[in-house]
Amino acid sequence: MNISLFMFLLFIAITLGITYWASKRSAGASAYFAASRQIKGWQNGIAVAGDYMSAASFLGIAGIIAFQGYDGFLFSVGWLVAYLTVLLVIAEPLRNAGKYTMADVLAYRLKPRPVRAMASLSTVTVSTFYMIAQMVGAGALVKLLLGGYVNYNQAVIGVGILMIVYVVFGGMLATTWVQIVKAVLLMAGTILLSILVMAHFHFSFASFFNAISQVTYHDAKGQQVVKDFLQPGLRYKPPYGPLDLISLGLALIFGTAGLPHILVRFYTVPDAKTARNSVVWAMVLIGSFYIMTTFLGFGAATIVGPDFIKGHGGTNMSAPLLAQALAGNVFFAFISAIAFATILAVVAGLTISATTSFSHDFWTNVIHKGVERRPGEEVLVARISAFVVGAVAIAIAIVLGPTANVAFLVALAFAVAASANLPVIVLSIFWRRFNTAGAVGGLAVGLLASIGLILVSPSLMAIDPPTVTGAARHLIQAKAWFPLENPGILSIPLGFVGAILGTLLSHEPSSQEKFNELLVRSNTGLGAERATAR
Amino acid sequence: MGNAARNVEIAQPKQYEASKSTWDNIAASQQFRDLMATKKTFIVPAFIFFVVYYFALPVLVGYAPQFMSTKVIGQVNLAYLFALSQFFVAWIIAGLYVRAANNFDRLSRDILEKAENTKGGN
Repeated sequence: MNISLFMFLLFIAITLGITYWASKRSAGASAYFAASRQIKGWQNGIAVAGDYMSAASFLGIAGIIAFQGYDGFLFSVGWLVAYLTVLLVIAEPLRNAGKYTMADVLAYRLKPRPVRAMASLSTVTVSTFYMIAQMVGAGALVKLLLGGYVNYNQAVIGVGILMIVYVVFGGMLATTWVQIVKAVLLMAGTILLSILVMAHFHFSFASFFNAISQVTYHDAKGQQVVKDFLQPGLRYKPPYGPLDLISLGLALIFGTAGLPHILVRFYTVPDAKTARNSVVWAMVLIGSFYIMTTFLGFGAATIVGPDFIKGHGGTNMSAPLLAQALAGNVFFAFISAIAFATILAVVAGLTISATTSFSHDFWTNVIHKGVERRPGEEVLVARISAFVVGAVAIAIAIVLGPTANVAFLVALAFAVAASANLPVIVLSIFWRRFNTAGAVGGLAVGLLASIGLILVSPSLMAIDPPTVTGAARHLIQAKAWFPLENPGILSIPLGFVGAILGTLLSHEPSSQEKFNELLVRSNTGLGAERATAR
Repeated sequence: MGNAARNVEIAQPKQYEASKSTWDNIAASQQFRDLMATKKTFIVPAFIFFVVYYFALPVLVGYAPQFMSTKVIGQVNLAYLFALSQFFVAWIIAGLYVRAANNFDRLSRDILEKAENTKGGN
């Protein structure tokens, strides 16, 4: 049997075992949605890392560095620094004042139904966009790695079914442990790969960086060029490059703290102090990983070379090809299985955050005004919606096909999180005057501005030469109206303006009545949700 | 655990509830104001510092690429070293925050105890 296939099946077997174990411990809402709030700080830290470091990080960033050098490494930096916003501003108040979703905090002193409806829409939008990007990537990747065994559609369906099984049967507990296993595998694979890269250079940083400073490849015109890959500017070129870089930074720094699948993780621990410790654990892992993208990305550029990667699957194959070049097929299979594990853990996290928000925010609190009609209804609805969300994501990924340009969906998810979610969470915790119209306005403007600006950005709007066909063609064949790929620099201020204007133009004394209660709860943890027996 | 787990919803302790005046009193108390002031003294400068330090990277790399390409150690340039420093600065700020937060915990523990005593638990 093919060694890659064997490792994929082994990982699937382990995660299904976890799901079976978790399924017997997932009765009741607190157990299903929040793993009974009994996850330990270090465990949650590893799970946050596993939830966060997607295939876009492992394969994507390694690939961008392998082709565009230093500018790719800039992604790595933002991906870690963003956790300071989570640590300093969001994690503890959220854990103290909420129950299962970010909307819990918003609904505390605002009118619950409009606020939850909008927050749920925003959550489901972010999670679905992110999920589709992962699914299309997963399909293309699995097809490449297991070429001959499965095609794109089968791969997408397989990934989709697995994520549905984890979430429907194992809830948050299974999702957490799948993420922990994945994070440990990812760290192990990355450390091993980094050591092998350095061994290739006889553990001399001088010769490693010498090689990076003269990467030889053929450019688009077929000319052989030698470039210093440590030099900035290979990706972000004037006139708009620098601005795009700043806009990307804004979306990362303010978006990470608004990503629903990250936020729900803080409800799985017993209290705010543990939530804080878990962010620190996550930062240690995430930071170490992203520093090591130096070895993954520049290693692929120097040892494998952009020309070879281009001919063997393209940018996303940089890390697996590097593994193959350094240690042969077994290691290639191991790294491929890690990439597969990475995708599964992330899509499971996205699925549970979307279904929690739909069931807890929309079904129970918007439609049924906060009353659970039958015991266990909320969990039942979540299980059904996990199934629906998974099926929809599978269908969209199949319709889009393996060549679809989906990288912009990740940018879009971060932009919505930064422009819609973050402003209203922050204002509801810190601004006494804030009210329902402000929250709805901020969420709506942030959501629409992000989607609108992405639609008219170079990601979706460009004039393709006739040689580009099918799904790879840009949606709108015209010159882009908005010059940046990342809308954050404009959409984040717009989200704040929407929230502030909505507040100032309306009058709602009741929103201020409970401000002191929210202030005390979120800052002291008085009356916070406790861990439950499992 | 099997069957016992099914009753967790019933066994769950009730949330702390209090009247509006109780919350207002806690919010107005000297202890709570101290807590908020202590938090602000750390969080606001730390937040501003990390945002400025972080955005210095894309700004410098984007608008002064020649300067940032200056080689410092062998082939390693300023741009790479500055990017690498971001990781360590982020870790240091996180470490300092955890230290400062122990103080927040101590202050809020007093508030919690007082609140739960006057209410007689929940």
